[in-house]
Amino acid sequence: MSSQTPSQTVGPFFSHALTPSWNGRPPIAGTQLADERTPGTLIRIEGRVLDGAGDPVTDALVEIWQARHDGAYPDGSDTFYGFGRASTDAEGRFWFQTVKPGALPENGAPHVNAAVFARGMLNHAFTRIYFSDEQAENSRDPVLASIGPARRKSLVASLRDSAGPPVYDFEICLQGVHETVFFDA
Amino acid sequence: MTANQILNPRDWSSHPRQAHPDYKSTLLRSQQHPLVPLPQSLSELTGPVFGHCGLTGQDADLTRNAVRDGEAIGERIIVAGRLIDESGRAVPNALIEVWQANAAGRYVHSQDQHEAPLDPNFLGTGRALTDSAGRYRFTTIRPGAYPWRNHPNAWRPAHIHFSVFGTAFIQRLVTQMYFPGDPLLALDPIFNATADAAARQRLVAGYSTELTEPEWALGFEFDIVLRGPQATPLES
Ligand SMILES: [Fe+3]
Repeated sequence: MSSQTPSQTVGPFFSHALTPSWNGRPPIAGTQLADERTPGTLIRIEGRVLDGAGDPVTDALVEIWQARHDGAYPDGSDTFYGFGRASTDAEGRFWFQTVKPGALPENGAPHVNAAVFARGMLNHAFTRIYFSDEQAENSRDPVLASIGPARRKSLVASLRDSAGPPVYDFEICLQGVHETVFFDA
Repeated sequence: MTANQILNPRDWSSHPRQAHPDYKSTLLRSQQHPLVPLPQSLSELTGPVFGHCGLTGQDADLTRNAVRDGEAIGERIIVAGRLIDESGRAVPNALIEVWQANAAGRYVHSQDQHEAPLDPNFLGTGRALTDSAGRYRFTTIRPGAYPWRNHPNAWRPAHIHFSVFGTAFIQRLVTQMYFPGDPLLALDPIFNATADAAARQRLVAGYSTELTEPEWALGFEFDIVLRGPQATPLES
């Protein structure tokens, strides 16, 4: 038996390696997981990361992992890899263009998994992004049901009232009254 | 590891606590609510694969992958090791990304204001996939220590940042590798945020004569251990 290697913070200086597009270098994965050719509904998730004082976290890294439109998890056999990576900007904002994940009964309501990393976070934090226009599925989801209604809201991205392709807003609060639900899976 | 096997929990005696007041940036960024337990499903037990990325040996050689008009400056080193899980099994085809300061302790980053020279031939980033035995290998320059403003006269011990994927999204690990015998380790709030001394020691690479290449580079061995499959199946 070996023992787990401890986590350490991502620190403030990861972007030349993990999100290097600004530097003219190809990223291993970026903010656009899908385009018009990808089967499924093309969506945007736009978010912000805030700290315990409500200030934007301008040096966070957000990674997502999700199912395809049919609910199956990507295995590298098609061009939708299901993984995205974004660093937050000067206002703490990030965005992803992807397809809405489908739901298989064993997976619960449609959701995107997210991992949040930042300076000052010694361990990264796992959360889930559910969708506000999936009320029926959400009401049957055992994970959402396991959380009190006040905090449950933090996991549901809200569909913006706008024309064009769907845009969902999702705020990640690292600490405080509005702290996002983070999981220990 | 067999596909989608339930994993051991995160070992909180090895990982640092969330809030560690000596490390000032944790004050407003650590979670105050306890983490919510989440049963492991396919959502957690699957994860991205990176075989399509077309990584080459060049991506793992930081002394060459950003050369413009000369050689990267500093002490050449080889950093290699195995990526395994808690059961000792190799994790093959896994993406490992590294980043670091240059020999003078400076990052290629707009927010790094340390008054030390940039090296035009060194970017300080590398990527590799582990081989069938879970092994990886980087050639790089030994990074310098650098100051940070956490407390008066604070210096980070020399370190290389590692980003590691397993087969499951919840095996994700971001960590830092340190060098043996560094006097700054005892003073570093980030390193010491891990309470357990034996766990901290797993962040320190070992000098390796086998990896050391004569007339060329010192070698350091750094093995990385991810969460492994649960040894005893849950009774249901
Ligand atoms: Fe660093």
